[in-house]
Amino acid sequence: MDLKNNFERAIINTVLFIGGLLVSLPFVWMILSSFKNEREVLSIPPTLFPNAPTFEHYINLFTNLNFDVYLVNTLVIVFFSMIGLLLNTMAGYGFGKFQFKGKEIWFAVVLLTMMIPGQVTMIPTYLILNEAGLTNSMAGIILPGLIAAFNIFLIRQFMVTIPDDLIEAARLDGAGEMYIFLKLIIPLAKPILAVQVILTFIGSWNSFLWPLIIANDEKLYTLSVGLALLQDQNVSNYGLQMAGSTFMVVPVLIIFIIFQKHIVEGFNVSGIK
Amino acid sequence: MNRFKSNLTPYFFIMPAVILLGIFSFLPILVSLVISFTDMNLSGLANWSQISFIGFDNFVQLFQDDVFLKSMGNTFIYVIIGVPLAVISSFVIALLLKLVSDWMSTTFRVIYYVPSVTNIVAIAVVWSFLYNQEYGLFNYLLSLVNFDAIPWLEDPFIAKLSLIAMAVWKSNGVSMLIFLAALQSIPNMYYEAADIDGANRWQKLTKITLPSMSFATFFVVVTTLIGWLQFFEEPFVMTEGGPLNGTNSLALFIYQEGFQYSEFGYGAAASFVLFIIIILATLLQFKLRKSEDN
Repeated sequence: MDLKNNFERAIINTVLFIGGLLVSLPFVWMILSSFKNEREVLSIPPTLFPNAPTFEHYINLFTNLNFDVYLVNTLVIVFFSMIGLLLNTMAGYGFGKFQFKGKEIWFAVVLLTMMIPGQVTMIPTYLILNEAGLTNSMAGIILPGLIAAFNIFLIRQFMVTIPDDLIEAARLDGAGEMYIFLKLIIPLAKPILAVQVILTFIGSWNSFLWPLIIANDEKLYTLSVGLALLQDQNVSNYGLQMAGSTFMVVPVLIIFIIFQKHIVEGFNVSGIK
Repeated sequence: MNRFKSNLTPYFFIMPAVILLGIFSFLPILVSLVISFTDMNLSGLANWSQISFIGFDNFVQLFQDDVFLKSMGNTFIYVIIGVPLAVISSFVIALLLKLVSDWMSTTFRVIYYVPSVTNIVAIAVVWSFLYNQEYGLFNYLLSLVNFDAIPWLEDPFIAKLSLIAMAVWKSNGVSMLIFLAALQSIPNMYYEAADIDGANRWQKLTKITLPSMSFATFFVVVTTLIGWLQFFEEPFVMTEGGPLNGTNSLALFIYQEGFQYSEFGYGAAASFVLFIIIILATLLQFKLRKSEDN
């Protein structure tokens, strides 16, 4: 369906451009407002660019509020989610490259968990963590989200394409199974793992529900839970709210824009189409 | 010895993940099934002997609970308005992106995808500001063209639409990529043949593009539907289900019963109702697709 002439092309470009403007408007407004002082951010008519740009809200986040603690907690969660990704990769490799008894059943069990909505497991998982004494602890926040069945599925799909001969040759050379996995399989799986690392980072950086349910103590709050608390406690301080939001959103934006090519291509690799 | 070791190797690789999935996905389903037939609450949590088996009482009570019924009604409104809007808008974006030059397509693909990777709390905080009745940007822009201020989040019905608008804005990205991949896999010669036959654009869209994309469309509709049935974070952060429970959803109701009122048994029962609705909706989709194929 090619376009017939320049006039049509101009119309479609304009439509896309206006749409793009609408989509990015909330982000632009967020960033600009975060540099306005408390009075200017509420002024009518609003200013587009801050009259006297200020960093006071950002300084506030770290001096009067505990965004430093939230940031450390969020990074801890990001770190453990990468270990979760390693476990997912191991499982994907196990299902993709080994023959063993009951393999189909185990794999079906893994796939079935994808169908279970989070709301159904929310309350019982809390009760299980409570029985294990893990409520209000970092372990309790991390454990429920560690394994993602969908990721195991995607990684397995990739692992299947690795030739058996390659692994057999390494075994004949006397390499151990763990050595093969770390030195041969992981480098081979780089294209799909790169995408998974980025998506896992974004997902864990944004994680909200489990920290919210499990953490009673502000010491365990993540950035997103801290931001929700900030909104409750500073209802009309929009400059501060926008600074907190910007602090959460901008790192992800930067990472996404740098790696967007891999993510978009990852969708084709993963064969959802 | 060696033989024994090699038999255990695959289990070594899969077991950590399988055990964790068992504890945090399968065990919860069983626990949930049991406690939804009990009156388990905070005192039951401290002392198991306080818990008693009450049969279907929770389920009976749910369907007499105004808040639950309202949440269910709201969820249906979210689905009925939100799902078509989300599917159609991401489809149209994909269609437009297919028509423009490569660099335009790449650039705008990134821009339209960005909301899907950003944090929902941050987004809700920003949109609450935009929606603010007095100081928000939206009402200011409306005042420029002499419109009265709209109570974006203060009126129960308008608040639902405001949340839907924000959720559509946020959710377009993934569906758009799936549609785009499907569009790109349609062989160009179909369109060339249609050109020779003198087909117009509308005919090409309805006779070639749409039928070739039926699987992608089906996949997007099913996943979008399941997602919207679980609508949770948007009302949770922006309105806390208010005003007058006007934006409360089933998922939020479950959260409130479980974690604000500590009515674990009652909340678990509500979660099973949601689960059954999701299963029925998905089965219905599969059935519709089957009858379409015939």
